Amino acid sequence: MIEARGLTKRYGRQTAVSGLDFRVEPGRVTGFLGPNGAGKSTTMRMILGLDLPSSGSVTVNGRRYRGMVWPLHEIGALLDARAVHPGRSAYNHLHSLAAANGIPRDRVDVVLEQVGLAAVARKRVGGFSLGMSQRLGIAGALLGDPGILLFDEPVNGLDPDGILWIRTLMRSLAAEGRTVLVSSHLMSETALTADHLLVIGEGRLLADMPLDELIARDATDRVEVRAVDHHRLAGELRTLGGEVTLRPDGTLLVVGVESAAIGELAAARGHVLHQLRDVTSSLEEAYFRLTEGSVVYRAPVPA
Amino acid sequence: MNAHLVRTAAEGRRHGPRARLRATARSEWVKLWSVRSAPAVLGATAVVIVLGALVLCSGYRSGWASMSASERAAFDPASTSLRGIEPAQLFVGALGVLAVTGEYGTGLIRTTLAATPQRAQVLVVKGLVLGAVVWAVTTASSFGAFALGQHLLTGPVPHAELEDPGVLRAVLGGGLYLTLIALFGTALGALSRSTPLGLAALFGVLLVLPLMVGLLPSGLADGILPYLPGEAGSQVWHVMPPSPHSLGPWQGFSLFALDVVVSAGAVLTLTRKRDV
Ligand SMILES: Nc1ncnc2c1ncn2[C@@H]1O[C@H](COP(=O)(O)OP(=O)(O)O)[C@@H](O)[C@H]1O
Ligand SMILES: [Mg+2]
Repeated sequence: MIEARGLTKRYGRQTAVSGLDFRVEPGRVTGFLGPNGAGKSTTMRMILGLDLPSSGSVTVNGRRYRGMVWPLHEIGALLDARAVHPGRSAYNHLHSLAAANGIPRDRVDVVLEQVGLAAVARKRVGGFSLGMSQRLGIAGALLGDPGILLFDEPVNGLDPDGILWIRTLMRSLAAEGRTVLVSSHLMSETALTADHLLVIGEGRLLADMPLDELIARDATDRVEVRAVDHHRLAGELRTLGGEVTLRPDGTLLVVGVESAAIGELAAARGHVLHQLRDVTSSLEEAYFRLTEGSVVYRAPVPA
Repeated sequence: MNAHLVRTAAEGRRHGPRARLRATARSEWVKLWSVRSAPAVLGATAVVIVLGALVLCSGYRSGWASMSASERAAFDPASTSLRGIEPAQLFVGALGVLAVTGEYGTGLIRTTLAATPQRAQVLVVKGLVLGAVVWAVTTASSFGAFALGQHLLTGPVPHAELEDPGVLRAVLGGGLYLTLIALFGTALGALSRSTPLGLAALFGVLLVLPLMVGLLPSGLADGILPYLPGEAGSQVWHVMPPSPHSLGPWQGFSLFALDVVVSAGAVLTLTRKRDV
């Protein structure tokens, strides 16, 4: 488990991460979602003890990372796929990591096989494609067979095959009971993998809730109505308990009253309707609204 | 899930601070030998040291007749055969700088420190592993250069024997001096975290600084020059002091060692708080 409390990072006058409180639980894929520059990578570097928090703290299995002696057995991370020495072979890169944590050498062959790089194990990684480098980075994360895995934008630059492979891998890691935190700036991608979401924008936590809940609460159906007498209709819909927004073009956006009920009301009160249409907002829109408006939605923190 | 809960046999290898140190050393050893640059630069260093003896000692043999009496009196056959150290120091120093800045440049340092959060240990062990290898290669090369050089100094040109006073110390001093240079480079690399900056600092201290001091009025220059790191450290591979102002061999070497310790201390103090 990963736990952050009031986690804050300032670089000079710029605040990259601001007062994050969250827990990443085992047995599920947690999507760490936010636009570019939201502070995802900074948070991951603080989890790994690479950047020091300006205030607050973050722990891995209840301990600070900097105090761990053999961390790769507990947590594995892919931060940047290109962070390898181009002249070193994939095998030797992993061998040096394994040696640093007392991991037996045969694990190197196992993870190379697992990520599909066994055939190029002895090739210099400078010649690897981005997709191959991502696989090598994931092999490094899996090396110590850790219970916690951190992936920073792992699908960037991958082809569809690679994306599918990573998605399947993350799901199976979580199914094995591991804690999986994976960052992305794309809702569409995250929605396919994550069970739980941590959404951040401008360094602040905007949402911490199951994916289903975000869909339920934010991708709700709304109805678009164009009526000749939209002011009167708006008032009548409000008395029905609807939440009504009047757009500048005169269209009413109604939440909380179904289209059938609106049609019946309009008929009963003699309204002339020019349009009555269900609008289903996508998750992408929900995400956009979250991060754009910086509205803070929070699921109750589990005790 | 089960796999990472099961205690493996390897777990036994992971107990205590000595196991941690051994693991760090093993990792750095693998890293050192798994890229081409280290073996290539070490090979070039050995060649330069031995080649220096070949060129200089055959040069003195043919030029001896035209040398003045005072030049002859100041001739130091042992250190002449070791003067390949002067170009070689740039190689091993750069190797030290690059051992650290190479990891910062690629971002590999994050992977390294995520695997071993004991930052001071990583940097110290990295320096010591490189230092040990540099010591072995350059000590062997110094003996090779000395043997070749003395073999070439024949006829009227005096030559040195290992048994002569100070000679064994000078030959061993070649390896010791170059080892300290490699450690100095490592420290400068860790301070600068940048290849161009680290190399500029190293070459600045070893090459540019003595030239600049040399431009000062000679009284002032004589007072400063012997204390510069390269100049002070080099006394350990000389039998006859190159100038009347030179420090003694161990005195100079200790001063240089102190410079290295101070820069390493700066690295270790800063590294705890710096983000990577
Ligand atoms: N080392 C650093 N020095 C200064 N600013 C930084 C540094 N790292 C990140 N930042 C800034 O912090 C903010 C968050 O960056 P980052 O964590 O990389 O976001 P993300 O990974 O979500 O795209 C950005 O505005 C970025 O410019
Ligand atoms: Mg990022």
